Amino acid sequence: MWDYTEKVKDHFLNPRNVGEIENPDGAGEVGSLACGDALRLTFKLDEKKRIKDVKFKTFGCASAIASSSALTEIIKGKTLDEAAKITNQDIANYLGGLPEEKMHCSVMGREALDAAIANYRGQKVTKEDFEVICNCFGVTDREIIKAVRENDLKTVEQVTYYTKAGGGCGQCHPKIEAIIEKVRKEMEKGAPPPKPEKKKLTNIQKIKLIEETLGREIIPALKADGGDLDLIDIEGNKVLVALRGKCSFCPSSEFTLKQYVESKLREFVSDDIEVEEVRP
Amino acid sequence: MKTVYVDNNATTKVAPDVLEVMLPYFSEYYGNPSSMHFFGGQVQKKVDEARAKVADFLGAEPSEIVFTSCGTESDNAAILGTLDSYTERRHLISTRVEHPAIGNVATYLGRKGYRVTELSVDREGRLDLDELRESLTDETALVSIMYANNETGVLFPIEEIGEIVKARGIPFHTDAIQAAGKIPLNMKKSKLDMLSVSGHKLHAPKGIGVLYIRKGTKFSPFMIGGHQEKGRRGGTENVPYIIGLGKACELAKKHLDEENTRVKALRDYLEAKLLEKIPNTLVNGDRVHRLPNTVSVSFEFVEGESILLLLSDLGICASSGSACTSGSLEPSHVLRAMGVPFTAAHGSIRFSLSIYNTKEEMDYIIEHLPPIIQRLRDISPFWKDYLKSQGKA
Repeated sequence: MWDYTEKVKDHFLNPRNVGEIENPDGAGEVGSLACGDALRLTFKLDEKKRIKDVKFKTFGCASAIASSSALTEIIKGKTLDEAAKITNQDIANYLGGLPEEKMHCSVMGREALDAAIANYRGQKVTKEDFEVICNCFGVTDREIIKAVRENDLKTVEQVTYYTKAGGGCGQCHPKIEAIIEKVRKEMEKGAPPPKPEKKKLTNIQKIKLIEETLGREIIPALKADGGDLDLIDIEGNKVLVALRGKCSFCPSSEFTLKQYVESKLREFVSDDIEVEEVRP
Repeated sequence: MKTVYVDNNATTKVAPDVLEVMLPYFSEYYGNPSSMHFFGGQVQKKVDEARAKVADFLGAEPSEIVFTSCGTESDNAAILGTLDSYTERRHLISTRVEHPAIGNVATYLGRKGYRVTELSVDREGRLDLDELRESLTDETALVSIMYANNETGVLFPIEEIGEIVKARGIPFHTDAIQAAGKIPLNMKKSKLDMLSVSGHKLHAPKGIGVLYIRKGTKFSPFMIGGHQEKGRRGGTENVPYIIGLGKACELAKKHLDEENTRVKALRDYLEAKLLEKIPNTLVNGDRVHRLPNTVSVSFEFVEGESILLLLSDLGICASSGSACTSGSLEPSHVLRAMGVPFTAAHGSIRFSLSIYNTKEEMDYIIEHLPPIIQRLRDISPFWKDYLKSQGKA
């Protein structure tokens, strides 16, 4: 049995602020049914731009529910700038600590908050270039880098506890190790991570590259989860796709599309790619 | 608080009669069965009696019974003790749904350069016997296939498998740890060469197991030491536990009928009521070829650990194949091998009954589980999405 604190038990048995706000000012969703936990966060601001009301819905274990509940209590009454400073460690501390294996629950809370704030500010969540490192749980390098920095992580096992990355087939362990090494070096120097450069493409090159990237990077990963994707059309920077298989009814398909497909295409093709889903 | 214990595939209550027969061997009769004097000799006699009871329970000869420390040791000994006797054969066949006591040994052997075939199962958790036939080679040292699955209760057709395997002259072992005491076992009529049993799954204490080894089977000891167990397992006999297991096997034989009538009826009642009262619930595994005491149910859109903790809060003890309960991040390898969709795999709960369970206890679960699932679904973002997609919200 997990060694949960009384506060975790309390927030699990009596979760605060459960629900969904109609017409929220900001909404964020992270995780998926496949991953075993997911959190949908919605908030409304008052006239002073403070978080007036916040609600959550969570699918997951006791610590996931407790972390979500704690998050809503922490950010209520805060401005978005104040809320944006909340770390996963703040959530864990609020609960009197979480078992280390369960720290990813607190990270999920923080990520949902990031997503909801970005949503309010009209920012694309996929502003930075990032790469999915762990295909089993769809964890990107950005999330791993952030967790390593904020929690001073040193081992692959710790990264798994905090982000889930590497908790499935284990194939990404060398990549995670490389990220840890790189980030820790940067932390010592205090330098921000460099961004990859991309060259200008002709239209034909771009279309070819999009097709190649879909075939090589994206479709195999979706198929591994029972999903699939068809390229319908390319209009300038807009890539129109249709999700097939499991993806077509997956509640996190929107997330998959933006967080995964779009970010991959941005990484390999061009920074200004936008992916849109064509519904059948 | 009332305790409703329905986690008997994890471990069982020690039967009061079992405990009673054990106690004198902790105090008065502490002799070593190997000693030449009367004080050890009287203990030897009781160990022999216990061995005869275990043999009777399995339909075996007493000389074919080897006492071990637990089911995991029996499984390890069966595999490693056979491979050690057939060093020229470098192939092992097992399944994707074995207990880690077999599965992780297979993985270990794979790392050591053995070829390991893990047979797949279908959506109902059943094997494809043609896949088995095609996997057998002259290189195959051992086939080890579990009798009954610990998570779903699904029974494999062990005797049919035995016909196939023994036709090729290949050693055949089964992990019968969940099956023993719940379905009849008779080694005299069986094709099996080896069979593992664990004491604490049939109302004996933790710390005692059995490996049945058919007379004439090639076997090298896993635990190397003294002459005990006819040189097949070194180490001074764990006398009180052996005596306890003898009694437990005697009782298990007597209760076999009750397991398959009253206990089975309780399980069926619980299963039917949960399916009736909770929408989007499914049973995992073949419902026909199944242990009488086990049911694995999945509640869609909720997560198993949350269910277990809310049940635990009411005194109900069950288990789950969800990721979060094991400390791993992926749901049970058994449910994944069966292809149970993620919507359901994370929300799986196993109830495993024993002769100590009552109808009142089933009613208690049936009363309290539906509101727990509803409560978690109300918190889950996917439930409302699902209802919307069905035009129900």
